[in-house]
Amino acid sequence: MLHLVLFLVFGAICVAGAINLLAQTHPISSALSLVVVMASLAVEYLLLGAEFVAAVQVIVYAGAVMVLFVFVIMLLNAGAEERTKGSHVALVLGVPGVLAGGLLVAWTLLKRSDTGMVALGSLPGYPKTIGWLLFHEFLLPFEVTSILVLIAIMGAVVLANRPDVLPPPETKEN
Amino acid sequence: MVPVSYYLMLSGILFACGVVGFLIKRNIITIFMSIELMLNGVNLSFVAFAAHWQKLSGQVFVFFVMVVAAAEAAVGLAIIIAVFRTRETLNVDQVNLLKL
Repeated sequence: MLHLVLFLVFGAICVAGAINLLAQTHPISSALSLVVVMASLAVEYLLLGAEFVAAVQVIVYAGAVMVLFVFVIMLLNAGAEERTKGSHVALVLGVPGVLAGGLLVAWTLLKRSDTGMVALGSLPGYPKTIGWLLFHEFLLPFEVTSILVLIAIMGAVVLANRPDVLPPPETKEN
Repeated sequence: MVPVSYYLMLSGILFACGVVGFLIKRNIITIFMSIELMLNGVNLSFVAFAAHWQKLSGQVFVFFVMVVAAAEAAVGLAIIIAVFRTRETLNVDQVNLLKL
């Protein structure tokens, strides 16, 4: 009972944050709504027992990634969004398509009653067990991920680098 | 006790919100945030299925998705800065040419 109440409360906060993200026009309001979504998702992870994932969600997502977003919004001095009638096709075809897809998924899930129930914290994902899996069964993906992060760091530095900060190429003046 | 399908429905709603935002938003940063919303929705379904099948592999996969999302955020925001430097706008409707 407690599980259901907590799930419904934080699920409602989560959906409200997601809808607020769409409704706001200023990017900084959308970013703060996304923080609300991520924080309430961390509670949902805790309800499922994924303690390590919940902690990483708060630290990495709601902390690091969102700070990066807010930093870029401040850096670029982003103002309120200008409403343009740009992609008419997206509005006409995309939104009904998304709604139809969501309804189909919900109907399928509700019709199949054998998806089972989960108890509060039924599968505890402690850092110890997650780390054991990460360094035994998933060692190769883990190492490949480190290379991916290295490439991402280099790519971010190269892309954000200002061309005129570099020394100008030697030009021959005759 | 909560049915797993409730968690999957919440995940589906979040993913649908992300897709709608991706389609209707015109600010490039907000579009990027919609992508993060979609990734979060998928993460929730990973954790729910991990609890359903009683296997921790799902939670490890969430970890990998988070790493990829962080890398994607770093590169994507660098691209946004580069685009803003050349176009002086964040509106995706005005960024319709590959070359200046």
